Amino acid sequence: MIKFSEQQLKIPKLMRPVYLVTAGQSKFDRAFPHKRTEELCVDALTQAAEMINLTPAELKRHIHTCYYGHFADHFGDQLLGEAVIHDRLGLDPLGNIGIKTGGATGGSTLWEAVKAVASGYSDCVLAMGWERMDEVPTDEGNFLISCAADKDWESPLGHIYTGYYAVMAQKYWKVFGKEEESFRRTMAEISVKHHGYARFNPYAQAPMKITVEDVLKSPVVAYPLRALDACLMSVGAACAIICDEKTAVKLTKGTKNKPLRIWVTAGSHSLRPADRRDMEIPLLPNETAKQYKDLGERFPGGERYPGFTGFLAARMAAWYAYRMTGIVDPIKDLDVIELHDAFTISDIQTYEDIGLRPYGEGRDYVESGDCYHTNPKTGKPGRLPSNLSGGLIGCMHAVGATGIMQTFEIATHLWNRWAEIHGDEKRWKAFDRKKPADWTDLQVKGAKRALAISHAGVGSHVTATILMDPDHLLKKDA
Amino acid sequence: MSKYATVRVKDNMYKVMGDFHHLTPNTPIRDLNDGGKLVGVTNPREMTYIHSYGGEAVFFESLSKGKLMATRCDNPKCEAKGTIYQPFRIHCMDCLGKNTVIDMTDIAKKTATIHTFMVCERSGAFNVLHKPIKFINIEFEGVSTILMSYLAVGEPEMGMRVVPIFQTTDPTYTILDLAWVPEGTKKNKLPEGFSF
Repeated sequence: MIKFSEQQLKIPKLMRPVYLVTAGQSKFDRAFPHKRTEELCVDALTQAAEMINLTPAELKRHIHTCYYGHFADHFGDQLLGEAVIHDRLGLDPLGNIGIKTGGATGGSTLWEAVKAVASGYSDCVLAMGWERMDEVPTDEGNFLISCAADKDWESPLGHIYTGYYAVMAQKYWKVFGKEEESFRRTMAEISVKHHGYARFNPYAQAPMKITVEDVLKSPVVAYPLRALDACLMSVGAACAIICDEKTAVKLTKGTKNKPLRIWVTAGSHSLRPADRRDMEIPLLPNETAKQYKDLGERFPGGERYPGFTGFLAARMAAWYAYRMTGIVDPIKDLDVIELHDAFTISDIQTYEDIGLRPYGEGRDYVESGDCYHTNPKTGKPGRLPSNLSGGLIGCMHAVGATGIMQTFEIATHLWNRWAEIHGDEKRWKAFDRKKPADWTDLQVKGAKRALAISHAGVGSHVTATILMDPDHLLKKDA
Repeated sequence: MSKYATVRVKDNMYKVMGDFHHLTPNTPIRDLNDGGKLVGVTNPREMTYIHSYGGEAVFFESLSKGKLMATRCDNPKCEAKGTIYQPFRIHCMDCLGKNTVIDMTDIAKKTATIHTFMVCERSGAFNVLHKPIKFINIEFEGVSTILMSYLAVGEPEMGMRVVPIFQTTDPTYTILDLAWVPEGTKKNKLPEGFSF
């Protein structure tokens, strides 16, 4: 049984307000035969500068330290790729550091960047993430990713992460899905939604107009997970500029970007789900112990927590983040979210970990239509739209960049610039992609608060990034 | 029967053929001083990577044609306008604009000198250069940065005038297609496959 001390449950506190000022990203794709990684990073930083009417050279003058998210050196066969990128961005001799926490690398990079500003060490920092996953064929890519599992106990068992999530899917489907075919269809609906939203995103790698039947007929990778239940393998870069208040105001003066308050929290758990000991559920502000007393009766087999059905790291990231920022009910207090949909099943698991629904009832977030931009059942705005970028299933999973891409996406809603950025004909053309005739503006109207969850394989590391319009905070001293 | 891994690009995507990895059985590692108890296992692994030169591809292609390409920032708004980079940089490190690709073969032939050097007696796995390897760093007139390469003939000295040679026969399309020899070296002294 894991028990937490009072010290371990301290609510994190930043020493001064920290702001997201601008962000940018490259096109995402399965392969870039004609671009080096540095070229993609330059694309991302150039967009970040342009978003606040600066040239890259002007923006660089403000940067004091750099945080680089790059997960897998062995993917690009280049050790210390961070040093290469730092040099090519012309940021020497500033201090820089590489961050790697598997799939959560992008979120962790923001975590470090925010702390650097909060502490007063820097007033303006660059958080840049990327991944180069096209230097090996896909099967070798799966092998290289599986090296993030325990090399003696798990990696040799198939060398594929889909398998490690599939056992979770099997257990969750039996316990909370009650072996209903309808649950499997709900999982598939997530893929339909995310590939569908990717159609309106020029940066996205896998726009697809598909049906639940298409997902259910796609090839099995590790039963019950099929090819269309899985995230993409991608190449691309994303960056964010994080500042103190004075710099944030200065850099955004006369631009369309309002500085957004940013907080990032983190949790972790053993790489091996099999090692995860039974424990009491750490409760979020919108939960009570009473509501989980009969969880095992309502869902036989569901009494073990987190077992193979929950991600404690995600729960703890949310536990710290909500208390740090004053969020009580994420469905009511947030306006738009991006979740780490590595697989359709882990998306559902995460709904519960972060309190969108109680444990055991995650499917309702999809089935109610709350997760959509426009609820297909009511025709009204979804209560809390998720993954309007297309997420990892439809947009990209260029690992080190993913958590930053998510933050870029939610920020565009808070800046009320989603349509401008995603609908720009020039961008579609520059990316050699065709803007669909039925392109739809997915701007969440009036969005003031947003969340992004960045997650490493089977929940070993999870971060929660929260953005808020500074005029719409939930807690004065956050 | 394994087939050599090859890659082509079509429609902006890699088209791969052949075997990119080979599986060899592992073997146990045993402690001979402790009754042959198991200590661990070997993990044999052979993988072929796919590598894109991106905007640097023209540099490596040009070596095979006997040309040394560099880049120059021509952005009129950049403080570093006019700066020439060798090693070749795709983007200006100041303004991040796309640099102009220039042919600096003549500059190299007329002005290259050894800035520093070292002689490497032992190399790492996968090295294909003959030992000892004479690493040299070369500076050029009017060029901002210094290039790392190797001296294929003779013994290096600081300040020595050197000229580039190129592997134009059976090129590898890597940085190894470029080497240097002391000024005045005769053509018949060049390594096989190289020319001025």
